[in-house]
Amino acid sequence: MSRDDSDSLHDPGAVGAGAEVGEEYRHMSEQAFREVPVGPMILDESVVVDVADVHPELADPEVVAEIVAPTREIDTPLGKPLVELRDVTVRFGGLVALDSVTFDIRRGEILGLIGPNGAGKTTCFNAMTGVYRPTSGTVTFDNQVMGKLKRNQITRLGIARTFQNVRLFSEMTALENVVVGTDARHKTSVPGATFRVPRHRHEERDAIDRGMALLEFVGIGARATEKSRNLPYGDQRRLEIARALATEPKLLCLDEPAAGFNPAEKAALMDLIRKIRSDGYTVLLIEHDMRLVMGVTDRIVVLEFGKKIAEGLPTEIRDNPAVVAAYLGVPDDATA
Amino acid sequence: MSSAAFRDRPKGGVGDGFRSWWNSLARPTQWLVGVPFIALLALLPLLNIPLLTTEGTNFGSVMAQFGMYALIAVGLNVVVGQAGLLDLGYVGFYAVGAYTVALLTSPDSPWNQTGPDGWLSKDWAWLAVLPIAMAITALSGLLLGSPTLRLRGDYLAIVTLGFGEIVRLLADNLEEITGGGRGLSQVAYPRIGVTDDFPLGVFSAGNVGKTLNAGVWWYWVSLLLIIVVLLFVGNLERSRVGRAWVAIREDEDAAEIMGVPTFKFKLWAFVIGAMIGGMSGALYAGQVQFVVPTNFNVINSVLFLCAVVLGGQGNKLGVILGAFIIVYLPNFFLGRTEILGIPVNGDNIAEYKYLFFGVALMVLMIFRPQGLIPVRQKLLTYGRELYVAARRRRSTEQSEVTK
Repeated sequence: MSRDDSDSLHDPGAVGAGAEVGEEYRHMSEQAFREVPVGPMILDESVVVDVADVHPELADPEVVAEIVAPTREIDTPLGKPLVELRDVTVRFGGLVALDSVTFDIRRGEILGLIGPNGAGKTTCFNAMTGVYRPTSGTVTFDNQVMGKLKRNQITRLGIARTFQNVRLFSEMTALENVVVGTDARHKTSVPGATFRVPRHRHEERDAIDRGMALLEFVGIGARATEKSRNLPYGDQRRLEIARALATEPKLLCLDEPAAGFNPAEKAALMDLIRKIRSDGYTVLLIEHDMRLVMGVTDRIVVLEFGKKIAEGLPTEIRDNPAVVAAYLGVPDDATA
Repeated sequence: MSSAAFRDRPKGGVGDGFRSWWNSLARPTQWLVGVPFIALLALLPLLNIPLLTTEGTNFGSVMAQFGMYALIAVGLNVVVGQAGLLDLGYVGFYAVGAYTVALLTSPDSPWNQTGPDGWLSKDWAWLAVLPIAMAITALSGLLLGSPTLRLRGDYLAIVTLGFGEIVRLLADNLEEITGGGRGLSQVAYPRIGVTDDFPLGVFSAGNVGKTLNAGVWWYWVSLLLIIVVLLFVGNLERSRVGRAWVAIREDEDAAEIMGVPTFKFKLWAFVIGAMIGGMSGALYAGQVQFVVPTNFNVINSVLFLCAVVLGGQGNKLGVILGAFIIVYLPNFFLGRTEILGIPVNGDNIAEYKYLFFGVALMVLMIFRPQGLIPVRQKLLTYGRELYVAARRRRSTEQSEVTK
């Protein structure tokens, strides 16, 4: 085993080349990006397969959307709270990371969770998914109180997420990455896979069909057979979303999906998030970029220092003095 | 937008050329090429090819040893190459397999079952004990894995290193059961092909003919077992299990969050690896008919790992090549005084094999860290048509460029 491999396990920043590319983006000014032409960036060296040649049925976007749409049973009716946080408090020793936060995520909506750095967005997220057990208060997910679960069980329960810094399986192809996601719904045992039982074969076929449809859905179907580390940064982010959708989540959490994107890519991402919602998914968006959050979300929850300071429609949040103060600070003369 | 990701794309070499040629063949053609190749491999010790056969030792027994090492390399590859768990105590499983066979069939053992009141027949004892040995080693893998697989990286390596030593020390010190340093002799072997020429059967260590000796027979048995194991391990690789292993190797936390029960699949990798190691140990006990603790030193673990790293972690055929190099090269030099007219002291070279393998590994890590045959695992049972389409596309693009 080479030293590089073992190191990358512990350092999320070192996973794949995507992180490096992301840094390149971040160091450049937004102005420079306005000159980048809109549209998919295809590099000469890459291998582009026309999916329609191999899977003709995937040429129709409606068919793709239908395959991608979730098939699992969800107890909560549309518009009713899928996730309910009630007075959730999380303490780490003396530090109060979350202070009796209460809000709902309704089924079928795009909820934005925003706040300045260190506001408790990630803690809130972890408390919601059961990674941290709240010191007090309850989290209900699809009419079920969340207990202490393993992270893989939470995913199979129906909460999928993407990562702030891209964490793909870099030596796998794009399609294989997505199929790992679909495996979360598969039930073949190890002996079953050894002897290739009928269920295994059925699930494998299903995984490839759904995997290809998902790649097509997020717009990178042509790159299915590329190693994920060779994909451009934007495509890597899309692949992460496809992989999370592959687990058929009831709730999709996107953790700063636009980090390192230029305005054109952000606009395309907003379209994709809307498309995901209209396909029947509920989306929680944690994001710093105000234009993106204001443009795509239905409702917004604002956290600051572990407390919820505002909740409402994007237009209300924009004009909320508490939010403006949290982000821009309060002028000296106003506090006097 | 040229970035590091595109610059370090591996250039197509001989391996890639072979891979794409092999993948482009239709299934029946693959069989037509594969079966004669395996037959040739099986007949290798009988062909007596000059410069390939060993002079100091019998080529048949070298090939038998290669067979066992190849099996071990395939098993260790599941753990190290596919799941990415560094196991430095793999020799422990090899020892458990060998001692299970020896304890149940050697007359020196208090648990011998081949005697007049035992439940094993003398002729078939080895074959009957083989699955038992595999089951016991799998169990030992489970026992070692369930507490230790919560550890990662270096910590896991240290714990497994300890396990390998514990097994050897137990064998050395439990004198009433394992015979201690004296070992256990007259271990059972398949008593097949008993004729007047071979009163103990062709598998007996007494069959020391020049060509068709016991070594060749054991080589054939191990070749058969390797093919069966490769089929099953290949099936696992192209399933959710293989994908889970690679995902764990790439990024364990991301795998867990994508719904992969990482602990369960790591444990399975350990158990399957242990089982294959135990199978190889059982082969060893049967072939040598004698087990002593000194055969299961930690240095053997390192040698097994060397075969895997040398050949190419994760690549099944690569690690078999690695095993061949590890076993064959020292034996090739043994007893030679000249190679192609150049005078050498072969015995000395063979004696310093650890030095040479060490240097070779260092050179390899600098120039080719992915091993001699780098891995490109196929992780999907179906979807082959997509990859074929991509390859076709690539080759037409290349031919357009050259025009």
